[in-house]
Amino acid sequence: MEFHMTILVGILVTVAVYLLLSRNMVRIILGTAILSHAVHLLLITMGGAGEGKVPLLRESDGPYADALPQALILTAIVISFATTALLLVLAYRTYEESGSDNMNTIRRIDRE
Amino acid sequence: MYAVFIIFLPFIMAALLPATHRLIGDRLIGWYVMAVPLVLFAALIRLIPQIAGGEIVSASYAWIPDAGIDLAVRVDGLGMIFALLITGVGTLVALYSIYYLSPRESLGHFYVYLLLFMGAMLGVVFSDNLMLLYTFWELTSISSFLLIAFWYHRKGSRYGAQKAMLITVMGGFSLLAGFLMLYFMSGTFSISEIIGMRDVLAGEPMIVPAMFLILLGAFTKSVQFPFHIWLPDAMEAPTPVSAYLHSATMVKAGIYLVALFTPLFGGMEYWFWSLSIAGIVTLLWGAFNAMKQNDLKALLAYSTISQLGLIMSLLGFGSAALSASAAGDPAVYAAAGFAALFYMLNHSTFKGLLFMVIGIVDHEIGTRDIRRLGGLMSFMPVTFTFAVIGSFSMAGLPPFNGFLSKEMFFGAAVDIASGQPFAGGAEVLFPVVGWLASVFTFIYCTIIVYRTFLGPVQPEKIDRVPHEAPKGMLVAPGILAVLVILIFFFPNVIGKYVIGPAMQVMFPALSREADLVPEITAWHGVNLPLVMTFGVIALGLLLFITFRHWRRIYRVAPFRWTMDSIYRGLLQTGEAASNIVTDLYMTGRSRDYFVFIYLFFLITAGGMLFLTGAFEPDFSRGPVGIFEISFVIIMAFAAIAMLFVRSRITATLLNGVLGYSVAIFFVFFRAPDLALTQTVIETVTTVLFLLCFHFLPEWKPEDSPLRTKVVNGLIAIGAGVLVTAFGLTVQGYDVYGSISVYFEESYKLAGGSNIVNAILGDFRAFDTMLEVVVLFIAGIGVYTLIALKPKKGEDDVEGK
Repeated sequence: MEFHMTILVGILVTVAVYLLLSRNMVRIILGTAILSHAVHLLLITMGGAGEGKVPLLRESDGPYADALPQALILTAIVISFATTALLLVLAYRTYEESGSDNMNTIRRIDRE
Repeated sequence: MYAVFIIFLPFIMAALLPATHRLIGDRLIGWYVMAVPLVLFAALIRLIPQIAGGEIVSASYAWIPDAGIDLAVRVDGLGMIFALLITGVGTLVALYSIYYLSPRESLGHFYVYLLLFMGAMLGVVFSDNLMLLYTFWELTSISSFLLIAFWYHRKGSRYGAQKAMLITVMGGFSLLAGFLMLYFMSGTFSISEIIGMRDVLAGEPMIVPAMFLILLGAFTKSVQFPFHIWLPDAMEAPTPVSAYLHSATMVKAGIYLVALFTPLFGGMEYWFWSLSIAGIVTLLWGAFNAMKQNDLKALLAYSTISQLGLIMSLLGFGSAALSASAAGDPAVYAAAGFAALFYMLNHSTFKGLLFMVIGIVDHEIGTRDIRRLGGLMSFMPVTFTFAVIGSFSMAGLPPFNGFLSKEMFFGAAVDIASGQPFAGGAEVLFPVVGWLASVFTFIYCTIIVYRTFLGPVQPEKIDRVPHEAPKGMLVAPGILAVLVILIFFFPNVIGKYVIGPAMQVMFPALSREADLVPEITAWHGVNLPLVMTFGVIALGLLLFITFRHWRRIYRVAPFRWTMDSIYRGLLQTGEAASNIVTDLYMTGRSRDYFVFIYLFFLITAGGMLFLTGAFEPDFSRGPVGIFEISFVIIMAFAAIAMLFVRSRITATLLNGVLGYSVAIFFVFFRAPDLALTQTVIETVTTVLFLLCFHFLPEWKPEDSPLRTKVVNGLIAIGAGVLVTAFGLTVQGYDVYGSISVYFEESYKLAGGSNIVNAILGDFRAFDTMLEVVVLFIAGIGVYTLIALKPKKGEDDVEGK
């Protein structure tokens, strides 16, 4: 399973990076969202995808799935949500101020 | 302990100053500050008998023992002279400042900087560890920067502060490099140990570069030609600062450094010639330029440059005494070293006095431009008397201390010229150039007195009615004026108790006291130095009277050259070059930045992976469930479709598909907490996206040229492939094993049976707390962006 997951992560990274390189603000934000999906999947795959049991001590006697990547990802999910929200509001305000959602146009306005 | 206390008292008092200031107010804060150098001065005086007896007070505490850096403090005769200057002049300057500075100034800042400087300077002269010395050395540059820029609303102050900072810190770096070389050769940072290894180090090939690097540090600090250019601009500082830092103490740090390393480098021919030539050139150039100044402070700045050159050259002459191969009597040469220290002490008295006099003129009249001044003698008789005492002493006339040291300088230069210690032949020029510079010195001293205090008054050119300074302001210069005269009559007290111990430190090879401490006499019969003094007076008077006629010489090259244009040119070229480089990559386009990031990632990470042969992919498939593989396919399709959709709603929904699929994978991979969180977050995110779309325009197809799209595609594919390659490689390695076994004890260790929760809430609770902080910051950001929009007309905060 790890093999397939890794290939999937590669595809997600490719799409995310391509979106990040575009000019449209919303595309860039979507790119960051997809990049975080990719990273979360990569982390949990590295911890051994589907091995062991749910890491709840009362439910079973082990061996448990690796709990450390899970804790890392839990933190990462929340942080990436926070950045996505901030970026979206930033995009909204930028559009309101500059009248454009194109990074190149915004840059021109900013330089003037 | 005592010595460490001396260094750190100013720092402690500086730290306490803001609170004290609030407590006792503007009127008394100056007295609080003055108490510091006064107490230290008394403490040092108490040590003099010990130090004069050849004792050395030292203490050492481990600071960074792994690196050999100790808090090593050592009070010897040499450090003592400088410390007496720092605290003695410091007391007088603090006293003077109380009356000089108006209470409307930010006194708190001023006095904190002043105390910082005092502590740093005491640190420089008492450190016995190279790194400690270097730290304090840079601290003096920083406090000097802060003090020059004290009136930071003036352009000139900022320019002067920056210039001083750039030049002295450049020298500081050079000094650091020299110190490190010494460390690598000797294996220790302890200065006294390094000096003790003189004979061993003399054979090292690196000793010469180390010597030059250290000299560069000393020359930049002590304004030797051509690094002198920062001092005139530093005159933008308040006058007490100029008197203290830029004449009496900080600019003498380079002198201290040279004297400190004389026992190590003294006797080397390079050392002798570098010091003598740099000193003599600076002496002449400074004196020559001082004459043409119209601003009295600028005149004093150039005269300080000139006299620091004189001291530097004397140290050079004296170093010949330590050479085993030099011709002549070492004791005769060592007398030059004695003259250097004596001149330095005298310089601090008469130059400090003159700065205070000029400060009074500036303070009471409102200008220090000699074209607007004149005839102040009858209005300010006391100030006039002080000016005469200071100027005549500087010019080298009796009965003032400057006469003694100027005679000694002539004597030393003549001795070097006739002794020819290194048989260079050029030594004969030293007394000639020195004599010429003294003529110039005489002229500008006359200018100070004559143009300011004698001649006609020009009431139409000054804004205020001239009057004498308040009594309090006259106390500090008065004490200095008395000293100028007292030292003339009792020079040997200072010679024996203050300079003698320092001579023992500088010339350890000469042990007889008679060799080290020559008897200073005002009258020594008619000899060459006395004749030279008469010559100075005669030619000086003649040239002063005819000054109008030969003033034009300053318009002719090379006399009109200032080294300033080189400095400005370097600065401008540097700025332009750095702009070009910066504009190359700071384009303002987000795409470019992402391209840099991913190219860097591809080249460095990818290069490491493939070049080091670490790439060993693990292609084993393992068991594959039907559900898992179908979600892999769904996600792959959703992701790729994202690149082609025309509507942003579709794109957002596809992102939702990806997010919920991730949640399902979390279920597959035994992570129920993650699946729950992911589901909630994905829902909120999708709602947020849709909400924002209400305010944002429908997106247009990317209008980038095809070439850009292809490059983007290649970078994206490269990044994806590299991440996959890493993933596959990592699966092939299992070097260290999992550390999660530890966390499986979570019930015992943290009382939680949900391991993930226990990690977040207990084992790594600090991380979680910071994560909450991040959320909080993002929340503030969102709130600020939405709720705190500038109202119409209010967005003009930058005044555009």
